[in-house]
Amino acid sequence: MKFLSPPTLALALTLGAFLAASMSATTARAADTLYADLGGKQGVATIVEDATANFLADPRIKDTLSESNMDRFKAKLTEQICALGSGPCTYTGHTMAATHRGLHLKNSDFNALIEDLQDALDKSNVPFAAQNRLLALLAPMQKDVVTR
Amino acid sequence: MANRALMFPLALILAVAVSLTQASTAFAKEKPRPRDWADSARLLATSGVSQIEGAAGGGLAPWAVITGYGTRDSLGGNVHGTYVRLPDFSLRSGGIALGLFNRLELSYTRQTFDTTETGPKLGLPSNYTFNQDIYGAKLRVIGDLVYGQDSLLPQISVGVQYKKNNRTALVRALGATSDHGTDFYVSATKLFLAQSLLVNATVRETKANQFGLLGFGGDKKNSYSTEFEGSVALLLSRNLAVGAEYRTKPDNLSFAKEDDAYDIFAAWFINKNLSATLAYVHLGAIARQSKQRGVYISLQAGF
Repeated sequence: MKFLSPPTLALALTLGAFLAASMSATTARAADTLYADLGGKQGVATIVEDATANFLADPRIKDTLSESNMDRFKAKLTEQICALGSGPCTYTGHTMAATHRGLHLKNSDFNALIEDLQDALDKSNVPFAAQNRLLALLAPMQKDVVTR
Repeated sequence: MANRALMFPLALILAVAVSLTQASTAFAKEKPRPRDWADSARLLATSGVSQIEGAAGGGLAPWAVITGYGTRDSLGGNVHGTYVRLPDFSLRSGGIALGLFNRLELSYTRQTFDTTETGPKLGLPSNYTFNQDIYGAKLRVIGDLVYGQDSLLPQISVGVQYKKNNRTALVRALGATSDHGTDFYVSATKLFLAQSLLVNATVRETKANQFGLLGFGGDKKNSYSTEFEGSVALLLSRNLAVGAEYRTKPDNLSFAKEDDAYDIFAAWFINKNLSATLAYVHLGAIARQSKQRGVYISLQAGF
Protein backbone atom coordinates (compact mmCIF):
# COMPACT_ATOMS: atom_id res chain seq x y z
CA MET A 1 0.00 0.00 0.00
CA LYS A 2 2.64 2.46 1.10
CA PHE A 3 4.82 1.51 -1.87
CA LEU A 4 2.09 2.54 -4.29
CA SER A 5 1.43 5.84 -2.58
CA PRO A 6 1.29 8.92 -4.81
CA PRO A 7 4.68 10.28 -3.65
CA THR A 8 6.35 6.97 -4.47
CA LEU A 9 4.67 6.93 -7.85
CA ALA A 10 5.69 10.52 -8.50
CA LEU A 11 9.27 9.75 -7.57
CA ALA A 12 9.22 6.64 -9.78
CA LEU A 13 7.77 8.62 -12.70
CA THR A 14 10.37 11.37 -12.37
CA LEU A 15 13.20 8.84 -12.15
CA GLY A 16 11.67 6.94 -15.05
CA ALA A 17 11.59 10.06 -17.22
CA PHE A 18 15.20 10.78 -16.26
CA LEU A 19 16.34 7.25 -17.13
CA ALA A 20 14.36 7.09 -20.36
CA ALA A 21 15.80 10.40 -21.49
CA SER A 22 19.35 9.45 -20.57
CA MET A 23 19.03 6.10 -22.35
CA SER A 24 17.60 7.56 -25.53
CA ALA A 25 20.35 10.18 -25.33
CA THR A 26 22.92 7.46 -25.83
CA THR A 27 21.00 5.52 -28.47
CA ALA A 28 22.46 6.00 -31.93
CA ARG A 29 20.09 7.13 -34.65
CA ALA A 30 21.58 5.27 -37.56
CA ALA A 31 18.72 5.45 -40.05
CA ASP A 32 17.44 8.93 -39.27
CA THR A 33 20.50 11.13 -39.03
CA LEU A 34 20.38 14.68 -37.79
CA TYR A 35 22.20 15.58 -41.04
CA ALA A 36 19.18 14.34 -42.98
CA ASP A 37 16.80 16.26 -40.71
CA LEU A 38 18.82 19.41 -41.38
CA GLY A 39 18.22 18.94 -45.10
CA GLY A 40 21.44 17.18 -46.08
CA LYS A 41 24.17 18.94 -48.02
CA GLN A 42 21.99 21.71 -49.46
CA GLY A 43 20.09 22.18 -46.19
CA VAL A 44 23.23 22.58 -44.09
CA ALA A 45 24.73 24.96 -46.67
CA THR A 46 21.64 27.18 -46.51
CA ILE A 47 21.55 27.07 -42.71
CA VAL A 48 25.22 28.05 -42.49
CA GLU A 49 24.74 30.86 -45.04
CA ASP A 50 21.72 32.27 -43.17
CA ALA A 51 23.27 31.80 -39.73
CA THR A 52 26.49 33.54 -40.79
CA ALA A 53 24.48 36.45 -42.20
CA ASN A 54 22.70 36.63 -38.81
CA PHE A 55 26.02 36.61 -36.90
CA LEU A 56 27.41 39.44 -39.04
CA ALA A 57 24.23 41.50 -38.61
CA ASP A 58 24.04 40.94 -34.84
CA PRO A 59 25.44 43.96 -32.96
CA ARG A 60 26.10 41.70 -29.96
CA ILE A 61 28.68 39.54 -31.75
CA LYS A 62 29.53 40.91 -35.19
CA ASP A 63 32.75 42.54 -33.94
CA THR A 64 34.08 39.20 -32.71
CA LEU A 65 34.14 38.05 -36.35
CA SER A 66 35.88 41.16 -37.73
CA GLU A 67 39.24 39.40 -38.04
CA SER A 68 37.82 36.21 -39.52
CA ASN A 69 38.05 34.94 -43.07
CA MET A 70 34.33 34.41 -43.61
CA ASP A 71 34.67 32.02 -46.55
CA ARG A 72 36.79 29.73 -44.44
CA PHE A 73 34.48 30.27 -41.46
CA LYS A 74 31.45 29.11 -43.46
CA ALA A 75 33.30 26.15 -44.99
CA LYS A 76 34.48 24.90 -41.61
CA LEU A 77 31.11 25.49 -39.93
CA THR A 78 29.41 23.53 -42.72
CA GLU A 79 31.86 20.66 -42.24
CA GLN A 80 31.39 20.76 -38.51
CA ILE A 81 27.58 20.68 -38.57
CA CYS A 82 27.64 17.94 -41.22
CA ALA A 83 30.02 15.85 -39.09
CA LEU A 84 28.07 16.47 -35.86
CA GLY A 85 24.89 15.37 -37.65
CA SER A 86 26.52 12.07 -38.69
CA GLY A 87 26.74 13.27 -42.28
CA PRO A 88 29.48 12.25 -44.76
CA CYS A 89 32.02 14.87 -43.65
CA THR A 90 35.08 15.19 -41.47
CA TYR A 91 35.74 18.40 -39.59
CA THR A 92 39.19 19.57 -40.73
CA GLY A 93 39.31 22.88 -38.87
CA HIS A 94 41.21 23.78 -35.74
CA THR A 95 39.87 22.91 -32.31
CA MET A 96 37.19 25.14 -30.81
CA ALA A 97 39.63 26.20 -28.11
CA ALA A 98 42.22 27.26 -30.71
CA THR A 99 39.84 29.15 -33.00
CA HIS A 100 38.36 31.16 -30.13
CA ARG A 101 41.56 31.85 -28.22
CA GLY A 102 42.12 35.52 -27.48
CA LEU A 103 38.58 36.56 -28.43
CA HIS A 104 37.60 36.93 -24.75
CA LEU A 105 34.13 35.59 -25.46
CA LYS A 106 31.48 35.55 -22.76
CA ASN A 107 28.45 33.34 -22.23
CA SER A 108 26.32 36.16 -23.66
CA ASP A 109 28.28 35.91 -26.95
CA PHE A 110 27.92 32.14 -27.08
CA ASN A 111 24.18 32.37 -26.43
CA ALA A 112 23.70 35.17 -28.97
CA LEU A 113 25.27 32.91 -31.58
CA ILE A 114 22.94 30.08 -30.56
CA GLU A 115 19.92 32.38 -30.94
CA ASP A 116 21.09 33.52 -34.39
CA LEU A 117 21.54 29.88 -35.37
CA GLN A 118 18.03 29.08 -34.10
CA ASP A 119 16.68 31.87 -36.31
CA ALA A 120 18.45 30.35 -39.31
CA LEU A 121 17.09 26.89 -38.44
CA ASP A 122 13.59 28.36 -38.16
CA LYS A 123 14.00 29.99 -41.55
CA SER A 124 14.83 26.58 -43.05
CA ASN A 125 11.82 25.07 -41.25
CA VAL A 126 13.95 22.57 -39.34
CA PRO A 127 11.64 20.93 -36.77
CA PHE A 128 12.19 22.20 -33.21
CA ALA A 129 13.13 18.72 -31.92
CA ALA A 130 15.86 18.41 -34.60
CA GLN A 131 17.08 21.92 -33.79
CA ASN A 132 17.52 20.89 -30.17
CA ARG A 133 19.43 17.74 -31.18
CA LEU A 134 21.91 19.99 -32.95
CA LEU A 135 22.08 22.49 -30.09
CA ALA A 136 22.67 19.65 -27.64
CA LEU A 137 25.82 18.76 -29.62
CA LEU A 138 26.99 22.38 -29.77
CA ALA A 139 26.22 23.37 -26.17
CA PRO A 140 29.16 21.52 -24.53
CA MET A 141 31.55 23.55 -26.74
CA GLN A 142 30.84 26.49 -24.40
CA LYS A 143 33.70 25.42 -22.15
CA ASP A 144 36.20 25.77 -25.03
CA VAL A 145 34.67 28.87 -26.62
CA VAL A 146 33.94 31.03 -23.57
CA THR A 147 37.12 32.17 -21.89
CA ARG A 148 35.95 34.94 -19.58
CA MET B 1 56.22 83.64 -10.43
CA ALA B 2 53.23 82.22 -8.68
CA ASN B 3 51.64 81.56 -12.06
CA ARG B 4 54.66 79.71 -13.35
CA ALA B 5 54.88 77.68 -10.15
CA LEU B 6 51.30 76.68 -10.73
CA MET B 7 51.83 75.94 -14.44
CA PHE B 8 54.19 73.02 -13.91
CA PRO B 9 51.98 70.89 -11.73
CA LEU B 10 48.97 71.74 -13.90
CA ALA B 11 50.81 70.73 -17.08
CA LEU B 12 51.95 67.57 -15.39
CA ILE B 13 48.45 66.69 -14.31
CA LEU B 14 47.18 67.44 -17.82
CA ALA B 15 49.87 65.31 -19.40
CA VAL B 16 49.16 62.41 -17.09
CA ALA B 17 45.43 62.77 -17.70
CA VAL B 18 45.87 62.78 -21.48
CA SER B 19 48.17 59.77 -21.43
CA LEU B 20 45.77 57.92 -19.16
CA THR B 21 42.90 58.65 -21.53
CA GLN B 22 44.95 57.41 -24.45
CA ALA B 23 46.05 54.37 -22.55
CA SER B 24 42.49 53.57 -21.60
CA THR B 25 41.40 54.07 -25.22
CA ALA B 26 44.10 51.69 -26.37
CA PHE B 27 43.07 49.30 -23.64
CA ALA B 28 39.46 49.70 -24.67
CA LYS B 29 40.33 48.72 -28.23
CA GLU B 30 41.43 45.34 -26.98
CA LYS B 31 38.46 44.84 -24.68
CA PRO B 32 35.93 47.33 -25.98
CA ARG B 33 32.91 46.07 -24.15
CA PRO B 34 31.86 47.37 -20.75
CA ARG B 35 29.93 45.06 -18.45
CA ASP B 36 26.25 44.80 -19.30
CA TRP B 37 24.41 44.62 -15.98
CA ALA B 38 21.22 43.39 -17.63
CA ASP B 39 22.40 41.25 -20.53
CA SER B 40 19.24 39.10 -20.67
CA ALA B 41 21.50 36.69 -22.49
CA ARG B 42 20.47 33.29 -21.23
CA LEU B 43 18.29 31.33 -23.63
CA LEU B 44 14.53 31.81 -23.63
CA ALA B 45 12.63 29.75 -21.02
CA THR B 46 15.77 28.89 -19.02
CA SER B 47 14.66 31.33 -16.31
CA GLY B 48 11.75 29.05 -15.49
CA VAL B 49 8.65 30.76 -14.10
CA SER B 50 7.82 31.87 -10.54
CA GLN B 51 6.66 28.97 -8.40
CA ILE B 52 3.99 29.45 -5.75
CA GLU B 53 6.50 30.57 -3.11
CA GLY B 54 8.32 32.98 -5.45
CA ALA B 55 11.40 30.98 -6.38
CA ALA B 56 12.26 30.35 -10.03
CA GLY B 57 10.89 26.96 -11.01
CA GLY B 58 7.68 25.47 -12.17
CA GLY B 59 4.35 26.22 -10.52
CA LEU B 60 4.66 24.10 -7.38
CA ALA B 61 8.35 23.19 -7.18
CA PRO B 62 11.45 25.37 -7.13
CA TRP B 63 13.98 24.40 -9.79
CA ALA B 64 17.75 24.72 -9.72
CA VAL B 65 17.59 27.61 -12.20
CA ILE B 66 18.29 31.19 -11.10
CA THR B 67 15.55 33.72 -11.84
CA GLY B 68 15.78 36.02 -14.85
CA TYR B 69 17.98 35.84 -17.91
CA GLY B 70 21.27 37.24 -16.59
CA THR B 71 24.39 35.22 -17.37
CA ARG B 72 27.20 34.71 -14.87
CA ASP B 73 28.43 38.20 -15.87
CA SER B 74 25.15 39.97 -15.21
CA LEU B 75 21.95 40.35 -13.19
CA GLY B 76 18.41 39.21 -13.83
CA GLY B 77 15.10 39.77 -12.12
CA ASN B 78 11.38 39.22 -12.17
CA VAL B 79 8.11 40.35 -10.68
CA HIS B 80 5.18 37.99 -10.74
CA GLY B 81 1.53 37.73 -9.90
CA THR B 82 -0.31 34.43 -9.46
CA TYR B 83 -3.97 33.62 -8.92
CA VAL B 84 -5.39 30.20 -8.05
CA ARG B 85 -9.15 29.74 -7.98
CA LEU B 86 -10.35 26.75 -5.98
CA PRO B 87 -13.93 25.62 -5.27
CA ASP B 88 -13.90 26.91 -1.69
CA PHE B 89 -10.90 29.23 -1.54
CA SER B 90 -8.63 31.38 -3.61
CA LEU B 91 -4.92 32.02 -3.41
CA ARG B 92 -3.14 35.10 -4.67
CA SER B 93 0.55 35.78 -4.62
CA GLY B 94 2.83 38.51 -5.83
CA GLY B 95 6.52 38.90 -5.50
CA ILE B 96 9.87 40.03 -6.71
CA ALA B 97 13.03 38.04 -7.35
CA LEU B 98 16.57 39.05 -8.18
CA GLY B 99 19.17 36.82 -9.83
CA LEU B 100 22.82 37.65 -9.27
CA PHE B 101 25.41 36.35 -11.74
CA ASN B 102 23.36 33.23 -12.47
CA ARG B 103 24.54 32.08 -9.06
CA LEU B 104 22.36 33.52 -6.31
CA GLU B 105 18.65 34.21 -6.24
CA LEU B 106 16.92 36.40 -3.65
CA SER B 107 13.15 36.60 -3.55
CA TYR B 108 10.25 38.04 -1.63
CA THR B 109 6.66 36.93 -2.11
CA ARG B 110 3.44 37.72 -0.31
CA GLN B 111 0.68 35.13 -0.42
CA THR B 112 -2.96 35.79 0.39
CA PHE B 113 -5.19 32.83 1.11
CA ASP B 114 -8.83 33.91 0.88
CA THR B 115 -11.57 31.83 2.54
CA THR B 116 -14.16 33.51 0.25
CA GLU B 117 -17.71 32.27 1.06
CA THR B 118 -16.28 29.32 2.96
CA GLY B 119 -15.18 31.46 5.94
CA PRO B 120 -18.40 30.90 7.97
CA LYS B 121 -18.09 27.09 7.61
CA LEU B 122 -14.80 27.41 9.47
CA GLY B 123 -16.17 29.82 12.07
CA LEU B 124 -14.58 32.79 10.32
CA PRO B 125 -16.08 35.79 8.54
CA SER B 126 -16.60 35.58 4.77
CA ASN B 127 -13.53 36.52 2.76
CA TYR B 128 -11.33 36.10 5.80
CA THR B 129 -7.72 36.14 4.58
CA PHE B 130 -4.46 34.67 5.79
CA ASN B 131 -1.31 36.41 4.58
CA GLN B 132 2.13 34.98 4.47
CA ASP B 133 5.46 36.66 3.68
CA ILE B 134 8.11 34.45 2.13
CA TYR B 135 11.76 35.45 1.93
CA GLY B 136 13.76 33.11 -0.27
CA ALA B 137 17.38 32.56 -1.19
CA LYS B 138 18.77 30.01 -3.62
CA LEU B 139 22.38 29.23 -4.49
CA ARG B 140 23.43 27.39 -7.62
CA VAL B 141 26.04 24.90 -6.49
CA ILE B 142 27.10 22.94 -9.55
CA GLY B 143 26.19 22.05 -13.11
CA ASP B 144 24.82 24.02 -16.02
CA LEU B 145 21.33 23.45 -17.35
CA VAL B 146 22.21 24.20 -20.99
CA TYR B 147 25.94 23.67 -21.45
CA GLY B 148 26.13 20.38 -19.55
CA GLN B 149 24.70 18.33 -22.42
CA ASP B 150 27.71 16.02 -22.53
CA SER B 151 27.22 14.92 -18.94
CA LEU B 152 24.41 13.51 -16.83
CA LEU B 153 25.13 15.98 -14.04
CA PRO B 154 22.07 18.18 -13.48
CA GLN B 155 22.21 21.80 -12.40
CA ILE B 156 21.96 21.61 -8.62
CA SER B 157 20.96 24.40 -6.24
CA VAL B 158 20.25 24.66 -2.54
CA GLY B 159 17.62 27.00 -1.20
CA VAL B 160 15.92 28.32 1.87
CA GLN B 161 12.49 29.90 2.34
CA TYR B 162 11.64 31.76 5.53
CA LYS B 163 7.88 32.12 5.91
CA LYS B 164 5.89 34.25 8.31
CA ASN B 165 2.12 33.97 8.64
CA ASN B 166 0.14 36.99 9.89
CA ARG B 167 -2.61 35.01 11.71
CA THR B 168 -0.64 33.96 14.76
CA ALA B 169 -3.53 33.32 17.16
CA LEU B 170 -5.71 31.60 14.60
CA VAL B 171 -3.14 29.16 13.24
CA ARG B 172 -2.28 28.25 16.85
CA ALA B 173 -5.97 27.67 17.53
CA LEU B 174 -6.05 25.33 14.53
CA GLY B 175 -3.27 23.30 16.13
CA ALA B 176 -0.17 24.75 14.52
CA THR B 177 2.83 25.21 16.78
CA SER B 178 4.14 28.38 15.18
CA ASP B 179 3.28 31.22 12.80
CA HIS B 180 6.66 31.07 11.11
CA GLY B 181 9.02 28.49 9.75
CA THR B 182 11.96 27.86 7.49
CA ASP B 183 12.04 25.39 4.60
CA PHE B 184 15.33 24.02 3.26
CA TYR B 185 15.56 22.39 -0.15
CA VAL B 186 17.87 20.92 -2.73
CA SER B 187 16.80 21.05 -6.39
CA ALA B 188 18.36 19.11 -9.24
CA THR B 189 17.24 20.16 -12.71
CA LYS B 190 18.35 18.33 -15.83
CA LEU B 191 17.65 19.56 -19.34
CA PHE B 192 17.82 16.74 -21.88
CA LEU B 193 18.11 19.17 -24.76
CA ALA B 194 18.33 16.51 -27.47
CA GLN B 195 14.98 15.21 -26.19
CA SER B 196 13.54 18.70 -25.53
CA LEU B 197 12.79 17.44 -22.03
CA LEU B 198 13.37 19.00 -18.62
CA VAL B 199 13.23 16.94 -15.43
CA ASN B 200 13.40 18.39 -11.94
CA ALA B 201 13.59 16.77 -8.53
CA THR B 202 13.44 18.76 -5.31
CA VAL B 203 13.77 17.47 -1.76
CA ARG B 204 12.45 19.81 0.91
CA GLU B 205 12.71 19.82 4.69
CA THR B 206 9.65 21.60 6.03
CA LYS B 207 7.17 21.94 8.89
CA ALA B 208 4.71 24.02 6.86
CA ASN B 209 0.98 23.28 6.90
CA GLN B 210 -0.56 24.07 3.48
CA PHE B 211 2.67 25.81 2.39
CA GLY B 212 2.60 27.70 5.73
CA LEU B 213 -0.79 29.31 5.16
CA LEU B 214 -2.06 27.28 8.14
CA GLY B 215 1.10 27.76 10.19
CA PHE B 216 4.01 25.47 10.96
CA GLY B 217 4.23 22.24 12.89
CA GLY B 218 1.19 20.84 14.62
CA ASP B 219 -0.49 18.81 17.31
CA LYS B 220 -0.10 15.65 15.20
CA LYS B 221 3.50 16.17 14.16
CA ASN B 222 5.87 18.94 15.12
CA SER B 223 9.16 17.90 13.54
CA TYR B 224 10.57 18.51 10.08
CA SER B 225 9.28 16.29 7.28
CA THR B 226 11.24 15.33 4.19
CA GLU B 227 9.11 16.04 1.15
CA PHE B 228 9.57 15.41 -2.58
CA GLU B 229 8.70 17.64 -5.50
CA GLY B 230 9.00 16.42 -9.07
CA SER B 231 8.49 18.22 -12.37
CA VAL B 232 8.62 17.08 -15.97
CA ALA B 233 8.38 19.59 -18.81
CA LEU B 234 8.43 19.10 -22.55
CA LEU B 235 9.63 21.96 -24.73
CA LEU B 236 7.35 22.28 -27.75
CA SER B 237 8.96 25.39 -29.19
CA ARG B 238 11.31 28.12 -28.04
CA ASN B 239 8.26 29.81 -26.49
CA LEU B 240 6.15 26.97 -25.15
CA ALA B 241 6.62 24.29 -22.51
CA VAL B 242 4.01 21.88 -21.17
CA GLY B 243 4.39 19.59 -18.21
CA ALA B 244 3.25 18.15 -14.93
CA GLU B 245 4.33 18.43 -11.32
CA TYR B 246 3.83 16.59 -8.07
CA ARG B 247 4.56 17.88 -4.58
CA THR B 248 4.21 15.98 -1.34
CA LYS B 249 3.33 17.88 1.83
CA PRO B 250 3.46 17.17 5.57
CA ASP B 251 0.30 16.28 7.50
CA ASN B 252 0.82 17.93 10.88
CA LEU B 253 -2.65 19.06 11.98
CA SER B 254 -5.20 16.72 13.52
CA PHE B 255 -8.17 18.97 12.68
CA ALA B 256 -7.78 18.56 8.92
CA LYS B 257 -5.92 16.05 6.76
CA GLU B 258 -3.47 17.51 4.26
CA ASP B 259 -2.99 15.99 0.80
CA ASP B 260 -0.28 16.14 -1.83
CA ALA B 261 -0.52 18.66 -4.66
CA TYR B 262 -0.12 18.15 -8.38
CA ASP B 263 -0.71 20.05 -11.57
CA ILE B 264 -0.45 20.06 -15.33
CA PHE B 265 0.76 23.27 -16.88
CA ALA B 266 1.58 25.20 -20.03
CA ALA B 267 4.09 28.04 -19.85
CA TRP B 268 4.24 30.53 -22.66
CA PHE B 269 7.45 32.53 -22.88
CA ILE B 270 6.32 35.47 -24.98
CA ASN B 271 9.82 36.93 -24.86
CA LYS B 272 12.55 37.36 -22.24
CA ASN B 273 10.49 40.08 -20.56
CA LEU B 274 7.14 38.37 -20.26
CA SER B 275 5.77 34.90 -19.60
CA ALA B 276 2.34 33.51 -18.81
CA THR B 277 1.61 30.19 -17.12
CA LEU B 278 -1.71 28.42 -17.13
CA ALA B 279 -2.20 25.32 -15.01
CA TYR B 280 -4.81 23.00 -13.62
CA VAL B 281 -3.81 22.36 -10.05
CA HIS B 282 -5.09 19.81 -7.55
CA LEU B 283 -4.35 20.73 -3.93
CA GLY B 284 -6.48 18.03 -2.32
CA ALA B 285 -8.30 18.80 0.92
CA ILE B 286 -7.66 22.14 2.61
CA ALA B 287 -9.11 22.86 6.07
CA ARG B 288 -11.59 19.97 5.76
CA GLN B 289 -12.84 21.15 2.36
CA SER B 290 -12.11 18.30 -0.01
CA LYS B 291 -11.12 18.31 -3.68
CA GLN B 292 -9.63 21.77 -3.93
CA ARG B 293 -8.68 21.90 -7.57
CA GLY B 294 -8.86 24.64 -10.10
CA VAL B 295 -7.19 26.99 -12.47
CA TYR B 296 -3.81 28.54 -11.80
CA ILE B 297 -2.79 31.64 -13.72
CA SER B 298 0.56 33.35 -13.36
CA LEU B 299 2.19 36.27 -15.13
CA GLN B 300 5.85 37.10 -14.88
CA ALA B 301 7.69 40.17 -16.12
CA GLY B 302 11.41 40.69 -15.93
CA PHE B 303 14.76 40.57 -17.65
